Amino acid sequence: MCVGIPGRIITVDDPEHRLATVDVGGVRRKINIACIVDEAHPPEACIGDWVLIHVGFAMSRIDEEEAQKTLELLRELGEMDAELEAMHAFDRAR
Amino acid sequence: MKFIDEFRDPAKAKALVRHINTLVTKIPRPGGRPLQLMEVCGGHTHSIFKYGIAQLLPEAIELVHGPGCPVCVLPMGRVDDCVALAEHPNVIFTTFGDAMRVPGSRKSLLQAKAEGADVRMVYSPMDALALARAHPDREVVFFALGFETTMPSTALTVLQAEAEGIENFSVFCNHITIIPVIKAILDSPDLSLDGFLGPGHVSMVIGSSPYEFIARHYHRPLVIAGFEPIDILQSVWMVVKQLAEGRCEVENQYQRLVPHAGNRVALEAIHRVFELRPWFEWRGLGSIDHSGVRLRESFAHLDAERRFSVPNLKIADPKSCQCGEVLKGVIKPWQCKVFGTACTPETPLGSLMVSSEGACAAVYQYGRIDLAEVVRQREAVAAGRQPVGAGSS
Amino acid sequence: MSDGRGAPPRKSPRARSGKLRGDTITLSHGSGGRAMRDLIDDVFVGSFDNPALAPLEDQARFPLAELARSGDRLAFTTDSYVVDPLFFPGGDIGTLAVNGTVNDLAVSGARPLYLTCSMIIEEGFPAAELRRVAASMRAAAETASVAIVTGDTKVVNRGAADKLFINTAGIGVIPADVNISAARARPGDRLLVNGHIGDHGVAILAARDDLALEVPIRSDTQPLAALVQSLLAAGIRVHCLRDATRGGLATVLNEFADSAGVGIRIDESAIPVREAVRGVSELLGLDPLYYANEGVLVAAVPAEDAQAALAAMRAQPAGQHAALIGEVTEGPAGSVIMDTGFGGERIVDMLVGEQLPRIC
Repeated sequence: MCVGIPGRIITVDDPEHRLATVDVGGVRRKINIACIVDEAHPPEACIGDWVLIHVGFAMSRIDEEEAQKTLELLRELGEMDAELEAMHAFDRAR
Repeated sequence: MKFIDEFRDPAKAKALVRHINTLVTKIPRPGGRPLQLMEVCGGHTHSIFKYGIAQLLPEAIELVHGPGCPVCVLPMGRVDDCVALAEHPNVIFTTFGDAMRVPGSRKSLLQAKAEGADVRMVYSPMDALALARAHPDREVVFFALGFETTMPSTALTVLQAEAEGIENFSVFCNHITIIPVIKAILDSPDLSLDGFLGPGHVSMVIGSSPYEFIARHYHRPLVIAGFEPIDILQSVWMVVKQLAEGRCEVENQYQRLVPHAGNRVALEAIHRVFELRPWFEWRGLGSIDHSGVRLRESFAHLDAERRFSVPNLKIADPKSCQCGEVLKGVIKPWQCKVFGTACTPETPLGSLMVSSEGACAAVYQYGRIDLAEVVRQREAVAAGRQPVGAGSS
Repeated sequence: MSDGRGAPPRKSPRARSGKLRGDTITLSHGSGGRAMRDLIDDVFVGSFDNPALAPLEDQARFPLAELARSGDRLAFTTDSYVVDPLFFPGGDIGTLAVNGTVNDLAVSGARPLYLTCSMIIEEGFPAAELRRVAASMRAAAETASVAIVTGDTKVVNRGAADKLFINTAGIGVIPADVNISAARARPGDRLLVNGHIGDHGVAILAARDDLALEVPIRSDTQPLAALVQSLLAAGIRVHCLRDATRGGLATVLNEFADSAGVGIRIDESAIPVREAVRGVSELLGLDPLYYANEGVLVAAVPAEDAQAALAAMRAQPAGQHAALIGEVTEGPAGSVIMDTGFGGERIVDMLVGEQLPRIC
């Protein structure tokens, strides 16, 4: 359910009606940004935002810091994995 | 592409699979029964098959494909209503692409279109509203379906139509809610699920707190999961970790998109426009209380159900169809009596064969490495023997 | 240009100086009378000018001996073009009508020579657009070194056709030692494509405009005969060739696997797909493997010839982005399996119907 895809807002075309243009791998489409706009984040501030697009609406801003944290955790898991592998190799060698 | 390619990295997948393999051995499995994890969302089902994720997992983990494909759970009677609306002489009926092929009791929207109905595919409800502006002499009906992810887009479009005073636009509302159906599955007497992958995009709207009861009352872990293959594997790892450590919590793997409280603007729009129906009919699962929404009385003039007469008949699922059991994870798609024979993507009997997010269509299209094996499995079932991979069913 | 319905008596020798009058095509332009002759003279004969067409008999005639010099079999094919919209980035219905039929001939190993052109025009169609299509056909025919030698024009009532339909048939000659067939795929053969997949399908999807997408992608419509001839000239033992039009790459691979009773394994990460084509696919939940192409072919060649085939393709304008994408396996017979570039694998089946955007 719910095909959603990250894209980047490149222009805000109609702040009043919450319309902006988003770029997905070079493809552009007009979308509605009402769901990511509030007092603290007015339409003008949306330019450059990475958002998740679903049926022509920006549904949520992508938190780059959280994405980095997830990737960092995965990297650590990878390192743990490599260490485990090395330990197994050491055990096997004995 | 940013935020996509990093989460499709095979090296990260390998590490995760190794960690899952290590953890799973620490979980007691009476009788060698596999752990059954349900991905609630059809988008997850699609990713799992598209990337071949299930084959990467150890045999001790079985993914059960849940009810989160709104196209799949749409009852036949509602499709008939769509066709009836589309066949109104002055109506332009607008729909998302994947809903066009769903069979009604007489025909699908695709067939209605071939017979002359003005059915148009749109990418967004906003596009349907634009059609209404462009054709003031026609009635434009938008076929709204989907879970909480899609609800805000319909709600905001309705509010926009209201603000502009557009009179020739209406919505045929089939939006459904995820929590009641999860609860229905948890209450099912033949429940054998050990944990859940929660729907990431629904959660970005509703947040993570609505799932708390699953951990608290039903003692099953749930991890809100993203849709890229690494997201899914990491979520499986997180569920398995909980099981290994004897925990039952709601965790969030999809931190980059899912805030704990959900999306305030989206939720407000939903509450302004929609109200819960007393019950809604689900294909394969029957009627579930408070599981669907409709437009509030104040938006009745934008509600196609109130504006046009629709047949509104209940059509029973075909008798041979076992979609409900597949949806609940009681049987695997290929264990259904009609899978791959009477029911194929060309001639779908059950809804799960219709959309590529439906468990049966996904298995048929992506996972049917050896159809002969499927036939053997079915014969084994018919002969009363325990089929391979049947789990605890 | 001839007309199959029997032309009125003609003065001889016939003057070919007719001028199409008016801005739109009407039923009278298909009536067999002077208006039709003016249309044919002005728009078609003027554009497609060549010795076989010039006499305007009811059929084109060409010497057998000349054909026999370059091969021992004729390749003969036909295709109808009904694309909507008629004009799109990278081409129009005219370019498609020439390149599509040229490519159907080319993938047999034939050198394409002659094309027919049959047009069904809806009354009211703008004359300027018809001229534009004819000019595109002429340019495409020149590029592909083929001649349009006979044709037919019909004009139908409004609503009986959608603007313009074109049918082209084509004849080519297959060299004596060339034997290319989908049934000849052998386990161990390597699979190649000559370039990016999906460009045409996405260009058309975007040009239709109902999805309101701005996409920097042009149709890949191009003739592939020179590319095929260069493979043969390089001594590549080509087993199978097919252009991946409707149904896309996935369909051609399934056809190879079915016809030859073999399996096929491809590597997702090796398949050339442009970023914007990926973007559209992610947005709409579509799969690039099923998009139509109009200038992409799939080849199966013996493993020993694979690198030479790749080099030969890359030396051609139509093959600069050629890639090795997989191989033919023993089985399971008829199945296409893709390594997902992520460590998993999945079946790549033929589609049931049209690929529809997945939104929910």
